[in-house]
Amino acid sequence: MATILEKPGFNPDRQYKIVGTSPVKHDGFDKVTGRAKFAADAFLPGMLIGKVLRSPHPHAVLKSIDISKAAALPGVKAVITRDDFPEIKQGTGAGDMTRIAMAREKVYWEGHPVAAVAATSESIAKKALKLIDVHYEVLPHVIDPVEAMKPDAPILHDYMRTKGAKGPDAEKPTNVVERSVLAICDVDAGFAQADFIVEHTYDTKPMHQGYIELQSCIANYSDDGQVDLWCCTQAPWVYRDRLTEILKIDSSKIRIQQSELGGGFGGKTTFYLEPLSIVLSRKAKCPVKMTLTRSEVLRATGPVSGTQSTIKMGCKKDGTIVAVDSTLIFQTGPYTGSAFTNAPQAMLTRYELKNVRTVSYEVVSNRPKVSSFRAPCVPQVVFGVEDCVSELARKVGMDELDFRLKNAIVEGHKTIYGETFNRIGFVETLEAAKNCDHYKSPVPKGQGRGIATGFWFNRGGETTGTMNLAPDGTVNIILGTADVAGSRMSMSMMAAEEFGIPVDRVRSVLADTNSLGYNRVTAGSRTTFSSGMIVIDSARKIIAELCRRAAKIWNVPEEGVIFEDGHCRPASSNVGNFEPLSMKDIASKTTYTMGAIAGHSEMNVTGAGPGFAVHIVDVEVDKETGLTSVKRYTIVEDAGKAISPLQVEGQFQGAAVQGIGWALNEEYIFGDDGRLQNPGFLDYRMPVASDVPMIDTVIVEVPNPKHPYGLRGVGEVPLTPAMGAIGNAIGNAIGIRPRSLPMTPAKVLALMEAGAKAG
Amino acid sequence: MSKKYHVTTSVNGDEYDFLCEPQQSLLDVLRDNLMLTGTKEGCATGDCGACSVMMDGRLVCSCLVLGVEAGGKKIETIEGMAKGDTLHPLQQKFLELNGLQCGICTPGILVAARALLEKNPDPSETEVRYWLAGNLCRCTGYDKVIRAVMAAATEMRGA
Repeated sequence: MATILEKPGFNPDRQYKIVGTSPVKHDGFDKVTGRAKFAADAFLPGMLIGKVLRSPHPHAVLKSIDISKAAALPGVKAVITRDDFPEIKQGTGAGDMTRIAMAREKVYWEGHPVAAVAATSESIAKKALKLIDVHYEVLPHVIDPVEAMKPDAPILHDYMRTKGAKGPDAEKPTNVVERSVLAICDVDAGFAQADFIVEHTYDTKPMHQGYIELQSCIANYSDDGQVDLWCCTQAPWVYRDRLTEILKIDSSKIRIQQSELGGGFGGKTTFYLEPLSIVLSRKAKCPVKMTLTRSEVLRATGPVSGTQSTIKMGCKKDGTIVAVDSTLIFQTGPYTGSAFTNAPQAMLTRYELKNVRTVSYEVVSNRPKVSSFRAPCVPQVVFGVEDCVSELARKVGMDELDFRLKNAIVEGHKTIYGETFNRIGFVETLEAAKNCDHYKSPVPKGQGRGIATGFWFNRGGETTGTMNLAPDGTVNIILGTADVAGSRMSMSMMAAEEFGIPVDRVRSVLADTNSLGYNRVTAGSRTTFSSGMIVIDSARKIIAELCRRAAKIWNVPEEGVIFEDGHCRPASSNVGNFEPLSMKDIASKTTYTMGAIAGHSEMNVTGAGPGFAVHIVDVEVDKETGLTSVKRYTIVEDAGKAISPLQVEGQFQGAAVQGIGWALNEEYIFGDDGRLQNPGFLDYRMPVASDVPMIDTVIVEVPNPKHPYGLRGVGEVPLTPAMGAIGNAIGNAIGIRPRSLPMTPAKVLALMEAGAKAG
Repeated sequence: MSKKYHVTTSVNGDEYDFLCEPQQSLLDVLRDNLMLTGTKEGCATGDCGACSVMMDGRLVCSCLVLGVEAGGKKIETIEGMAKGDTLHPLQQKFLELNGLQCGICTPGILVAARALLEKNPDPSETEVRYWLAGNLCRCTGYDKVIRAVMAAATEMRGA
């Protein structure tokens, strides 16, 4: 008798047939032939095109908006402004969300929506935008978070007071959303034991997730108040519930169907066009399609937080780190939501530390509101942490990996945020790095090598899914978690593994929000783990039911039936001499037994195993221009169990190259007027194929004891150490470690020149 | 409403007629008028390569070509790459070697890579990287894309 997933523990004795292979992704065929349907690839009969009018100012009072001329233009079917949205109090979650979708009292960044138009063609919609007359009272703006904290800085929100502040300043209007302190023991006593202390300040700029698919959606608001929304999203259920909050439409009346997702990386966890297209559709009484341009994506969807971090770290002569004291500042755009508390929790979690204090600030400013990006707010800070760790290793005179091994955490570690770790693989990952070909090879002449390590919690959370057995014995899985890079295939593989059938007999599809229960956002490296639990549980429920049906057909007790390799068999010859029944044998006769067979599962999944990575990078720096070339890159990371190794490698490699972009090129450049100066891929330059080498990977597999196959999430971890490793490599190449991202040729050249002068 | 132009062109060997506004790009026409949505828009400024198509045998960004310019030309898009049930070797290798993740850049990369292999059947890794430098991919880090192109080249040479 099969066991349903009551105790989802790891089974170390399991032999895998499908898990651990890399079959061709089922969704891949439509993607190589151009038939896959991404958000902008859909059309509806009678569809209008919507466009957005955006603020040219980074900070201004929105005095008046006159839409009369635009509304009168032939072909224009609806024009909307703040007046078409329910009033929601400022400074609340929903109040912020509605004001991000459409400005109300003020505009807070260049690109902030102030009106939208739906028309019979794109060219008419664009023409109508020019006829909207907006009167602004321009205000001074502030973008840099450190500037925004100064007493004389322009204040974005008069109502804002710093959460966690004490003393007379606590009652004054401010741009500081929150001051948060995370501390254990006594850092001063810790530093008193230190033989070596290092302290540096680091700064990083906002960069964009850089997904290639432009956000696009089609909303159809029917006369009975039902909304059908098609869009690219990492979070259909989150979108639905937030749309309910800001538009005051029942959740049951909003049906969201996710399209193929053309990249997100955290950037498609929050909506932009969706509320506008719904309101336009309601007003125009037609479906409305809206698609962002690349310039709009860069100017008006969330880049990551720019940061400033000051990190002080001390160790003893034997290499034991004794204290770390940090002050971190996170830029969040005009509203809270940077997830900055990830940083104090994750930045040091991999080292055994007795005395830690981190003071963190989240600060509003006149740029688009931050959105998530792989391990939100962590890689920017690890950029500094891993510099301090490497510098201490050099001062002590230890190998950089040995120094990290000496301070590495193991099973039973209690984290700074209160969790006690079960089995973890940091030591195994460090050892695998030490033994890999890259680390054992000498650094080529004229190059510098850097290493860095990183950690991410990995997440679980609310997840729902359904599995149906068809009469021909094939299996259909209905999932709610968005597929960002191949998770549907991993789900099909896990189901095939449970049933012992070829993976081609299983298909996974993505449901709309009316067809399944709640699914949390696909983010935080949770999907393969959480939906995987749902899939395994559902499969085991189906297997239990198959055994029950077989027992009924054979007229034997249920305990007398076992299931293996897609067949129900008698548990022993004592049960009877029955021919095995295949899944098809039973499924094709459900009419004569107890009806259709389906498995369903909903869980608030816990037990995501944390992940750790080591990056090793060799770079060459051009002495004349300061240009850094990445020559060799290796990622060593614990995946727990790689369901599809090629897909796991792909996650590692993609993250590494995003890290190379963030390290060397990518940044938001604002003019003195507060406008973004590089809102296109020519000037916002992401790495291209000729910028990077092959990315070598080593998959470490230390099983997560809370998952039946032992898997851990792998999406966030591989970005966390990237800029730290590249920074360390440049430091070793030129003798001075850069501490400002991106490490552009100009900055690196200036460091080299300053170093030459200093002799 | 601006005046529309009547254009006749060939796409993947089939004749098409369409009406387009003078400012409409070939990309817009392919997607919005002809419903050939395999060609993707990533930037509309010629920087990302997602809209790569062949025009009279030359690799172009269809966002930088006007719809009216397609008149009398031979356009080849991703939709014409597989022959019947048989995928092009590049398509096959991208599947086998996981040369795609989200897949939004994949059509453009495949069209561009085919153009490379028609010109240079035995490219070095560096040649592949420079040829595809006009095609942005944010998911893969390019490693498996490059490997898939090299593997397809090897297979197509019959090596």
